[in-house]
Amino acid sequence: MAIVPLERKPLTFVERTYVPQIMAGLKTTWQHLVRPKETLEYPEQRPAIPTGYRGVPTLVKDPNGREKCVSCQLCEFVCPPKAIRIIPGEIPPDSPHGHVERAPREFEIDMLRCIYCGMCEEVCPEEAIFLQQKYSMTGYTREEMINNKERLYELGGTLPDQHFKWDKKKHAEEAGNGGH
Amino acid sequence: MVDFYSNLHPVVQGVLKGLAVIMVIFPIGGVCSLAERKVSAWIQGRPGPNRAIVPWAAWIPVLGPFLQRLGLFHVMADGGKMLFKEDALPGHVNKFYFVLAPIIAMMPALTTVTAVPFGAYIDAAGRVIPLALAHVDIGMLAVFAVSSLGVYSLILAGWASNSKYPFLGGVRASAQLISYELSMTLSVIPVFLWVNAPGREATLGLDRVVEFQSGMWQGFSAASWGGVWFVFLMPVSAFIFLTALFAETNRQPFDMPESEADLVGGFHTEYGAFKWGLFFVAEYAHMLIGSGVFTLLFLGGWNPLPWIPLAQVVEWLGATNPIVVGILSIAIFLGKVIAMIFFFMWVRWTVPRFRYDQVMEIGWKKLLPLSIGNLLLYAIAIAFIEG
Repeated sequence: MAIVPLERKPLTFVERTYVPQIMAGLKTTWQHLVRPKETLEYPEQRPAIPTGYRGVPTLVKDPNGREKCVSCQLCEFVCPPKAIRIIPGEIPPDSPHGHVERAPREFEIDMLRCIYCGMCEEVCPEEAIFLQQKYSMTGYTREEMINNKERLYELGGTLPDQHFKWDKKKHAEEAGNGGH
Repeated sequence: MVDFYSNLHPVVQGVLKGLAVIMVIFPIGGVCSLAERKVSAWIQGRPGPNRAIVPWAAWIPVLGPFLQRLGLFHVMADGGKMLFKEDALPGHVNKFYFVLAPIIAMMPALTTVTAVPFGAYIDAAGRVIPLALAHVDIGMLAVFAVSSLGVYSLILAGWASNSKYPFLGGVRASAQLISYELSMTLSVIPVFLWVNAPGREATLGLDRVVEFQSGMWQGFSAASWGGVWFVFLMPVSAFIFLTALFAETNRQPFDMPESEADLVGGFHTEYGAFKWGLFFVAEYAHMLIGSGVFTLLFLGGWNPLPWIPLAQVVEWLGATNPIVVGILSIAIFLGKVIAMIFFFMWVRWTVPRFRYDQVMEIGWKKLLPLSIGNLLLYAIAIAFIEG
């Protein structure tokens, strides 16, 4: 790229007094002074959350009220800050969801460790864990900041399901073609 | 009430007047710190401090929330914080001078008030009598002499802190004061040349300057000059005085002693809690008095508009009670002073800080020759007009 020498014009006398520039500056700051303020006054006014926002990770249930997590522990393994702890558990055979493989006995996400990266959501094969729109997690103790299973479902609620994978599997098994 | 007050012993009168003025200066100094925060917030597009409120104020329906939005209770919160936080005394400082510095900062700030007239009333004979704590004949000289002492507190603070940045701040403060005091003094001489005649008494009194600016419109003749404020008659003087005032009160763009970008906090780096607060009340008091002197010299003092003196307004209103007239004149004067203080804050968020060498260059190579030239020009002009 060619170097273009710019000719610097010497400042005029009026410019060297600073006065016109200061006047122009005062005009600019005055316009800012009377203009409506930019601040979003947080606790009263909340920001609009865009779609795809990565908020607090939560566990969700399917429309039949079944907990979708099968405690495969992929999220636990992928979690970069090691915020997730899962203790797998069995589903009793007499339960309406007895055909599902497993369910977590305990599921804890330590929100003091979580970095909201969303890898758990990415990796989950059951679409059971979602980073939803809640962004403000506070507490007075470290224990309060650890979300247990009950709290995670309370935060997550129910999300629509497109597949009903386990129900289809059950129907296929009942149809007797080897479960396919 | 007037008679009761007039019959008091002069010393009691003096103490009462002094207390009244301090009771005004000190809270205004405190409110100025809030105003500074609010004005800076507004200029930056923020609402500024607007959360603190005391319960009894929250019960008032409309006024309470309004005052909360205005952030008025943050004055109390700030003051309370200053008073009750730990007053740390660093181990490496010279303790006596370290504690002395903020006290010395307050003294000239509150002493100069005595020489500044701040209002007027009209006596039975129709004469305008200025209100001031002390009618000193040397008026302007007293203000200059005492207010310049304020810099000693900065130097003392810088020196006693026994640390590099405060020391540099103190050195800068003294250099800056010397540089700008000269042009400031020279810039007001034309005003006093104009209002005075040889052989007159109290030639440096500030009352006399305001009296001169209290003229009425008398057609296109030399007599009408009396009504024009000096800011229009002597714009260059006013400009130099204002610039020097910014430098003397260590306000941006001339806040060399403080300049937090290169000197951390300058002279007050080692200070905290109430001692730090005292420096700031002193700075605001200096601003207040500087604005007051500027108003008296160039903005017509307690006269509401050019060619409309106080006496004229009182005549229109038909008010003769000296207390009413006094309060009216003080309100006009304080209004102008507060507008000036707003201007100080407005400039602070407009003009970036000058470099130290630029400050020296502006002071010595620009303002000083300009003020000498200005003085010569007006001296010759006045000699022609009056001679």
